[in-house]
Amino acid sequence: MTTYRSNHEIKLELKQIYKTFEDTPVLEGISLQLKNKEFVSILGPSGSGKSTIFNIVSGLLKPDSGEVIIEGESYTGKTGRVSYMYQKDLLLPWCRVIDNASLPLIIKGMKKQQARETVSPFFSVFGLEGFEYKYPFQLSGGMRQRAALLRTYMFSKDIMLLDEPFGGLDAITRAKMHQWLLGVLQQLEASVLFITHDIEEAIYLSDRIYIISERPAAVYKEIVINLERPRGRALLTSKEFMDLKAEILSLL
Amino acid sequence: MKRLRNIENSVIPAVFFAVLLIIWQLSVDMGVIRRFVLPSPMDIGSTLIEILPNMYNHIFVTLIEAFSGFFISILLALVLAILMDSVKLVKKAIYPILVVSQTVPLIVLAPLFVMWFGFGMLPKIIVVVLVCFFPILVSLLDGLSSVDKDIINLLKSMKASSLQIFRLVKFPAAMVSFFSGLRIAATYSIMGAVIGEWLGGRAGLGIYMTRVRNSYAYDKTFAVVVVIIALSMLVFYLVKLTQRLVMPWSIEAERNRR
Repeated sequence: MTTYRSNHEIKLELKQIYKTFEDTPVLEGISLQLKNKEFVSILGPSGSGKSTIFNIVSGLLKPDSGEVIIEGESYTGKTGRVSYMYQKDLLLPWCRVIDNASLPLIIKGMKKQQARETVSPFFSVFGLEGFEYKYPFQLSGGMRQRAALLRTYMFSKDIMLLDEPFGGLDAITRAKMHQWLLGVLQQLEASVLFITHDIEEAIYLSDRIYIISERPAAVYKEIVINLERPRGRALLTSKEFMDLKAEILSLL
Repeated sequence: MKRLRNIENSVIPAVFFAVLLIIWQLSVDMGVIRRFVLPSPMDIGSTLIEILPNMYNHIFVTLIEAFSGFFISILLALVLAILMDSVKLVKKAIYPILVVSQTVPLIVLAPLFVMWFGFGMLPKIIVVVLVCFFPILVSLLDGLSSVDKDIINLLKSMKASSLQIFRLVKFPAAMVSFFSGLRIAATYSIMGAVIGEWLGGRAGLGIYMTRVRNSYAYDKTFAVVVVIIALSMLVFYLVKLTQRLVMPWSIEAERNRR
């Protein structure tokens, strides 16, 4: 079926998205693509409307014009296809970690016990083994973000939207989480759209970066990151990395 | 360190209370205050032991009234809060009336209830409901409306229905605040029943209290007050215990936040 569809490699596509809030234009013609198993970052200054892009992709907001296409189908203004993750973990404090991760399955109508059984094999992949029956408040910030990512993954396994997921963590924990995220993604068949204002984070994690202008946001540069995977910490101080960083800095 | 603070928290008020009791006892013993005006703590204690067996029936009646009123309040508050939260028009229409209703003095209303509903338990239960219902409703409404918008959006992005959002997020999220309202209402419930009983009836602590007060037996009056306090505290801790059983995470989380 996918053979005749020329763009079957493209999981998610935004076409010329425009959005205005009360006479303030926020998005001015955002177009981007996310390919299968690709990690793409949207890099831009804070308050540039990056989160609005995610609200549109997830279907919570309807764009004034433009289209959201997921696997060839229009999902403009339709919820229920992809989920996102925030800087805030948004875990339910009254649910154990395993039940938090099961939440998407429960919403889809699965029974609690069955949802638990479906989720539990992923705890080791996400480095959460042994934390299944803890409550969120018993976890550190980094572990909570892991649980939040697992929940996001349980909703849509192929596409994940991550909105500055490590923004609230300290620099050391964040560096560890980067390593962890790269490790997890190697084991999954997922495409990731990642919002950040951290240049190093964007380069380190991504295959491609869309650089977004200040409000009203528009894509004004696409950068392909041809750094080898798996990536290690040593990369952060390498010449290629520094060159890319310098290039992006000159653009911002 | 934390344990030390816990001990401090319970020891300091206990010591302060003991000091107050000693001052009270001494000022009565030394004749600063005359004994028939204000009985000493030890008088009250011995009277309490003496009359407690006679009070069991009264305690029982008051407890039944307080508990029935309390549970009716919970049910009523639950129904109204859910209705008010899901239909904004209902909230706008009812809320101001509810606030005004709380300003009507109970002392004025209670005799009317006796006229309308007689000397049985019903008018007392109604007084308890009037006292307890409001704090429960307000705390529930607060809880329901204070849920993080982002988490509701997250569930919407997962295509959750309004009913699912309510059941999975809003209602459980409101529980912490609901229980703090319950704790307040629980302590009021005994007092509400006693106020209801003042106006007449066959049994109950309020009735017993009016009787002993009319015979100028102040030591007995104070003994009844001690019983009322003890019962109120008992209900308070019952609610707290329930909270601990139903939501073990809430108390832990509260402690961690400190």
